[in-house]
Amino acid sequence: MSEQFEPVIVGFTCNWCSYRAADAAGTARVKYAPNIRLIRLMCSGRLDPSFVMKALAGGADGVLITGCHPGDCHYVEQNYKALRRFLLLRRTLMGFGMEPERIKLIWASAAEGVRLAHEIDSFVEEIRKLGPLNWPKWNGNGQIAEKQPIMEVTA
Amino acid sequence: MSDKPKFAMYWAASCGGCEIAVLNTHEKILDVDAIFDVVFWPVAVDTKYKDVEAMEDGSILLTLWNGGIRNDENEHIAHLLRRKSKILVAFGSCATEGCIPGLANLSPVDEIVSTAFNTLTTDNPQGIYPQTSYNAPEGVLTIPTLYPVLRTLAQVVDVDYFMPGCPPESHQIAAVIDLVVQVLQGKAELPPKGSYIGAGNSTVCDECKRTRNQKTITAFKRIQEVAPVDPTLCILEQGVPCNGPATRSGCNARCPAAGAQCIGCYGPAEGVIDYGARLITAFASVVDAREPAEIEAILDGIPDPVGQFYRFNLADSLLRANVGAWKKNGH
Amino acid sequence: MTQRVTIDPITRLEGHGKIEIFLDDKGEVANSYFQIPELRGFERFCVGRPVEEMALLTNRICGVCPEAHHMAGAKAADAVYHVDPPRTAKMLRELLYSAFYATDHTTHFYALAGPDFIVGPDAPVAERNILGVIHKVGLEIGGKVIQMRKYGHTVVEMIGGRKVHPATSIPGGITKILSEEERVQIEEMGRWAIDFALFTIQAFKDIVLANKTYLDLIVGDVYNHKTYYMGLVDANNKVNFYDGKVRVVDPEGKEFCKYEPKDYMQHIAEHVEPWTYLKFPYLKNVGWKGFVDGKDSGVYMATPLSRLNASDGMATPKAQAAYDEMYSTLGGKPVHQRLAIHWARLVELLYASERWVELATDPEITSPNVHTKPTETPTEGVGIVEAPRGTLTHHYWTDERGVVTKVNLIVGTTNNYAPIQMSTNKAARNLIHGGKVNEGLLNMVEMAFRAYDPCFGCATHSLPGQMPLEVTIRNKHGEVVEVVKQFVD
Repeated sequence: MSEQFEPVIVGFTCNWCSYRAADAAGTARVKYAPNIRLIRLMCSGRLDPSFVMKALAGGADGVLITGCHPGDCHYVEQNYKALRRFLLLRRTLMGFGMEPERIKLIWASAAEGVRLAHEIDSFVEEIRKLGPLNWPKWNGNGQIAEKQPIMEVTA
Repeated sequence: MSDKPKFAMYWAASCGGCEIAVLNTHEKILDVDAIFDVVFWPVAVDTKYKDVEAMEDGSILLTLWNGGIRNDENEHIAHLLRRKSKILVAFGSCATEGCIPGLANLSPVDEIVSTAFNTLTTDNPQGIYPQTSYNAPEGVLTIPTLYPVLRTLAQVVDVDYFMPGCPPESHQIAAVIDLVVQVLQGKAELPPKGSYIGAGNSTVCDECKRTRNQKTITAFKRIQEVAPVDPTLCILEQGVPCNGPATRSGCNARCPAAGAQCIGCYGPAEGVIDYGARLITAFASVVDAREPAEIEAILDGIPDPVGQFYRFNLADSLLRANVGAWKKNGH
Repeated sequence: MTQRVTIDPITRLEGHGKIEIFLDDKGEVANSYFQIPELRGFERFCVGRPVEEMALLTNRICGVCPEAHHMAGAKAADAVYHVDPPRTAKMLRELLYSAFYATDHTTHFYALAGPDFIVGPDAPVAERNILGVIHKVGLEIGGKVIQMRKYGHTVVEMIGGRKVHPATSIPGGITKILSEEERVQIEEMGRWAIDFALFTIQAFKDIVLANKTYLDLIVGDVYNHKTYYMGLVDANNKVNFYDGKVRVVDPEGKEFCKYEPKDYMQHIAEHVEPWTYLKFPYLKNVGWKGFVDGKDSGVYMATPLSRLNASDGMATPKAQAAYDEMYSTLGGKPVHQRLAIHWARLVELLYASERWVELATDPEITSPNVHTKPTETPTEGVGIVEAPRGTLTHHYWTDERGVVTKVNLIVGTTNNYAPIQMSTNKAARNLIHGGKVNEGLLNMVEMAFRAYDPCFGCATHSLPGQMPLEVTIRNKHGEVVEVVKQFVD
């Protein structure tokens, strides 16, 4: 029996909305796929493209970014910055031969725990369909090493 | 044999521009000749690899290495010169970050070769490609093996200092030669290992004399759509993608001074983890739109994002290469 | 029993090169191979880049002559956009280019070729370098050589933004407007360059041509190949480095073909061998017959001598006089002796300097009209210039946004790869007999390829005054039979 590919997803979640939504989901006992490792940012505008690249180079098969709905940003307008960065980053990643569907930006409010759980689940399935990314690891001599296990991050 | 400290300069996958930049220090090159014993410098001196192998380990005081690691000969000599040198400097953009030849990392290496050997004018009906070992009628001929991905010097050996620029500007090279002379005379200390030398700590924008205002880009344009640019105003503000905001200072912003955008040849500014990511952030921040459709329309003005953001830096970026560059080679 | 002589590495070549020489049973040369061991892949990785970047990316093909790639790339991009730059823009580009030519030819002559001639091929190895040259001609001259390099690169920086890898040519023109103050400086430096060029030609005559040994070497047979010759010419069939049509003459000097840049593919093809990463261009309409001379072989040469052979003269008066003198001394056109390339290079040095002043004194050189905005949809275009080392062809195809989809490059020295292979082969055959290798071989084989100024003309030959070279002869068991060294401990 072949093992099903379990995608490794890193989720950059905004403190004020989606992180709370994830909490809300947990409180309401709404399950979502354990494939996602959540990293809390104070704002989606804090997301630097290098975080996404590091995640993908480091073993993630997909990256999910969540922020507050346009107009609801706790810091007024920074989610628009996140949107612009995300769009430009996605184009650039395509230049690296990566499927644009491997990164996704979602707006969610703190009250949308159930919806967020669905979004996470469906993203995991989308990535499962795409298959593993398998970005090479480099050993000390700059040569490609075997695929190494990624660091575990606790939410 | 002379008592003078030994000097070497070597080129791997490079263009020779670094050698010319050194010679463009003009009279200073005679200082190098006066102070050092030049023991290995293929452009100028006919010392062979065998002679370098015969030298004592660590006997070359200073080696300037330019060029990236493209094939096994480059790597072999990198390890050799590392052993034989006290101080090894990654000199120029190819050695520090891969530079333009690093763009080859966007393609599988077999496509690099097949493209060159199937051009419009190539007469190759039998589909002959270069062979690393070939049985000529008289004997075996060998040429080096190309690696799947081009690497920087530091990705292969331990490097003591980095001198960025494509090529490093001659006034910076002259300054570094002066520093080395001072160190040899006991009048100055070497900077900490791993430092970037012959360059500034800020960005090109800091050295650029153009006026900068609040940027609100409603369209990215190609230079030929705008030229000649307003000579007083920031080039990025005029809509032409200029990499100044993330690029290390040290060049005196010569290209913007001449009316051309900065293309980023001095590499990442101090503290930047991924050069392209920094540029993505910078450019995205100044785009003046909120609706996804509007934003995408503005971003269409940059037809080649990976080239724009990683032109010189691809081999040293977090991702380093296009996914196809290694997947096709059995990884 | 095959013996093998390896010369590795070749130095003063862009990148690396090596020569393998195989001897037969009698110790005569069976064959030799001049191998190029590297490939970076510009024709692949330039695909996907906006076409206006090509003049910047292709700079990095060669840091000694980036100006050549910059101009070819700019002209190809103009052609892609079907745009004609304003006269001032073309003049500024050609002015930068002329100053670069003067610098580059100077560097090659004094630092690379000079030691073989000014000091002499028989001179002690310790003197056969730039320092030996300075000893012979005087310290003052050494200072002048440095001055010439300084002036040339100053002009490149003024117009191109930087000394190495110029940045200002774009589709439709140039980004730089020249000020009157800059123009005055450029003119002054150009006039100095003319004097320096005249001096250099005189030095060549006094030191080289007046010496029978050197003259014999130049007109002798060892370095003599009768091939086709290629160069860019203007409307009057005079040599032009920046623009014109490509003209090819046959080994007897008769015009074989003359074509516009856009038609190059009808005339040039590239032959492939599996033992090297570089290809061998040849004349398609004659055909590839192997590494041989003659009218039936498609092998052609593209060097300063080729340009002079392929033209009807020089476009400036002093250079024309120098051209006449060269041909009358060497017995008419075309000249086949490879070492005469060094002389032809000096004639071009003079022309480049005169052209420098001509352009710098044109009343429109400071005009602000330096760019014509492209309006047509980009498609495909060819740009050809004469690089110092040979005809340089850039051919780009783009999509409708002007993003490159395909590239074909035929680079200066590449034109001469077959002649270089043939010249080193002939030198080896003439000098190695009975399995004995001597010091003469080491220098003479180097002289064979050095005459072509293979891509990397900038060398101070050997700062410590040595030219270490080692030739190892092994028998078929790999045992060392003989090792011939010079300046190798």
